[in-house]
Amino acid sequence: MNNSLSKNSDLLAKFSIPQLLRWRVETSGDKVALREKDFGCWNCYTWNHYYDFVRKTGLGLRKLGLEREDKIAIISDNIPEVLYIAIGAQAVGGISAAIYQTSLPDEIGGILEYLNVSIVFCSDQEQVDKVVEVRDRLPQVKKVIYEDPRGMRGYRSDDWFMSIEDLYKLGDALHLEDPALFNALVDQGKPDDICHLCLTSGTTGLPKGAMLTHRNYINMGHQLTEVDPLDETDEYVSFLPFAWIGEQMNSFGVAMATGIAVNFPESVETSMEDLKEIGPHFMFGAPRIYETIRSQIWLKMDESYWLNRLFYRYFMKIGEEAAVYRMSGRKMPGGLRFLSWLGKQIIFRPLVNQIGLLRLRRAYTGGAALGPELFTFYQALGVNLKQIYGQTEIVGIAYMHRDGDVRPDTVGKPLPGTECRISEEGEILSRSASVTPGYYKLPEKTAELLEGGWLHSGDAGYIDEHGHLVVIDRISDVMHTANGDMFSPMFLENRLKFSPYIKEAVIFGDKREFVAALINVDPIVVGKWAEDKGISFSTYMDLSVQPQVADLIREAVLKINRNAEKPHFQIRRFALLYKLLDMDDGELTKTGKIRRKFVREKYNDLYEALYDEQITEKRVEANYQYQDGQTTTVDTTIHFYTMEEEK
Amino acid sequence: MTQLIASEVTLTFGGLHALSNVNIAIEPGLITSIIGPNGAGKTSLLNCISGFYHPTKGKILYGQRDLTHASPHQVSSMGIARAFQNLELFRGLSVLDNLLLARHQNLRYSLLHAIIYYGKAARVEAENRAFVEKVIDFMELELYRKKTVGNLSYGVQKRVEVARALTLAPKLLLLDEPMAGMNIEEKEDIVRFILDLKKEWGITVVLVEHDLGVVMDISDRIYVLDFGEIIGSGSPKDIAANSKVIEAYIGED
Repeated sequence: MNNSLSKNSDLLAKFSIPQLLRWRVETSGDKVALREKDFGCWNCYTWNHYYDFVRKTGLGLRKLGLEREDKIAIISDNIPEVLYIAIGAQAVGGISAAIYQTSLPDEIGGILEYLNVSIVFCSDQEQVDKVVEVRDRLPQVKKVIYEDPRGMRGYRSDDWFMSIEDLYKLGDALHLEDPALFNALVDQGKPDDICHLCLTSGTTGLPKGAMLTHRNYINMGHQLTEVDPLDETDEYVSFLPFAWIGEQMNSFGVAMATGIAVNFPESVETSMEDLKEIGPHFMFGAPRIYETIRSQIWLKMDESYWLNRLFYRYFMKIGEEAAVYRMSGRKMPGGLRFLSWLGKQIIFRPLVNQIGLLRLRRAYTGGAALGPELFTFYQALGVNLKQIYGQTEIVGIAYMHRDGDVRPDTVGKPLPGTECRISEEGEILSRSASVTPGYYKLPEKTAELLEGGWLHSGDAGYIDEHGHLVVIDRISDVMHTANGDMFSPMFLENRLKFSPYIKEAVIFGDKREFVAALINVDPIVVGKWAEDKGISFSTYMDLSVQPQVADLIREAVLKINRNAEKPHFQIRRFALLYKLLDMDDGELTKTGKIRRKFVREKYNDLYEALYDEQITEKRVEANYQYQDGQTTTVDTTIHFYTMEEEK
Repeated sequence: MTQLIASEVTLTFGGLHALSNVNIAIEPGLITSIIGPNGAGKTSLLNCISGFYHPTKGKILYGQRDLTHASPHQVSSMGIARAFQNLELFRGLSVLDNLLLARHQNLRYSLLHAIIYYGKAARVEAENRAFVEKVIDFMELELYRKKTVGNLSYGVQKRVEVARALTLAPKLLLLDEPMAGMNIEEKEDIVRFILDLKKEWGITVVLVEHDLGVVMDISDRIYVLDFGEIIGSGSPKDIAANSKVIEAYIGED
């Protein structure tokens, strides 16, 4: 397999994505390329079907007036039609762009204006409604195409809207008129054409559209599999938002470069269940997903019977020992190897099978840092979890761990074909065939990004003695205490989040005497803990103010303080926040990162109180916004806790 | 053409008049709501339509057919389905099994077929499952398909109850307080399902509901019952302006 790939590597470099799709049809047309669960059944689509649908949409879009370099925006859950539309548009020379399904109408309007989009694809009425809300601002949008006809009855009389079925018909009609047209259009594509605009989430301001070329994606997929080979028969489950580079990496890059099958879950809610049914060979996710799965495992074990728990506890210790050997690629002593094998048979294989990860050869995490303890946890279970590191602007990946060389505190070594170096200011720079030509309509930002021919990541980092890259934090996020000692808030937050009881944490301390934290307890784990302890509570807010919960968290913080590498890393004061940080409230970005400035301003009262050691409690007004937009204000008391000095 | 007419329906239990001289007409393709204070006779009226009770006096016509003395299974085979206020589900079975079982009267194959399970029986079962899956998709129950009903939250169980009624592919759906005990979000979901039922599937809906806000929002026609008598009927606008109705709900000044 690896052989045939490297033979193909020159070939791959010559293709645009639609041309590569056509090549897949020619070489293995009857192999399953996509699978979608619908009405309880997994429906298979071969490369032949895939290409047919791409032709239908591509020609249909052309009939609707999509010219070369015209933009089409996609606001959709993960369904095969997303790929038909995106690659169909690319096949006729258009450029696709994807918007997060959770975006609000105003944001959508802004993005559609910025990208000068002429056609919008929505998966269902929910998304269509949002576009309709800002319709007045969008004279350039010619058509809104929808997939799910449910609830669209009221829109049918308006020819601004069109169902995807009608689009297929348009495409079929044009194909009948001129059967050679589609192939000719596909032939016109060049690897260095822009094919997709990927919006960078950014922790501040409007998103920027990184222009990505066919070559960018295909090169990424190819280089990744140079390190970790995949077979055509391997399975991948598509559940990440398509607007995130992480999903495009796999469905554009890896799937096209290797010919694996992409599986689409029945609905967003069922994706973890569907993952279990497919049993993917590799998966990719933000740290949050791995944190959630770990919580599930902990809960499962907690609810299991005594013998299972006993085995789990014992073999987890063995597994952790074995993981150290496995991650560093060293040979295990015989006794440990036997015990680790036994643990795998008795408890870990069945456990991992229950989550659907039994066939998994590699799991990648990216997008944000993952606590080192999580690596050990998964590696102990026998799940090969590895870190990757990169930006949207380099198709998501520049560095990654190699098998047998997983160092939890690093992000690994550069991909083949990727040059990397650290600038004098300590910024991580990279150069490869996957680097974007720049941002759409933003020449100044592009010049900053690609200054001197290197991609500027904006992250601070260094190369350690093993040649691995260590990422510290965003250059702009690194903080200094009043004494000038440097620390990374994200690093400390991840430490805190390793406690099962802590869901989210925000670290403060820039230009202050000490480090302090606002903490979100984990509603599920702490809720269960409180139930077991017979502590009654009603809401999340109520749970957070229980004194026993505070003691529990204090203990967790104490443990972290004891292990702090440097004295100024110790958390002196903390408070438990009465609500979970949320994307809808603007506290987190779409990919789940904390928007520090916003949080600091929103909770300024709490921030000030954290740094006034006299204050042990404070009454605050909590504002809630429900999903339907109603708001209420509740009075609550927040307690502040000071940690004793550890010597 | 009116789909269902109840004329002069009276229901007495001993000396108690649960319903007296009730006249209603259900128009096809519309949402008709029946509202009224507790004990006004709303559920009794639904029971008369679905054949659990038989009116002491009066007549119930469904199209050309007389339902007055029909039994519940006869009523349901005519295309009238009902979702109950108190859930009538098998708590120990999965959602899927509950829904498949609800379609038992559509399964027309012999015991012999069932034993061999080839040809007709397999085909009928596959059609059956396909229809049930359509309902699961419509009611967005994919996540709960294989979960035991008893372990689901109340809001989801309510949705399963409506789904169970839908698996009968009814032409007329009787919903008895589908939103009782739900939070705002769950209510909004159910409202959307009811509206979609009407628009997408063209099902006539009779809704008994306490939440006046919802009723006023989505009904095409409303009947108000008080002490077993119809005290008002008309569009939501008419009802909001009807002094008798206001009196029954808010009381006299």
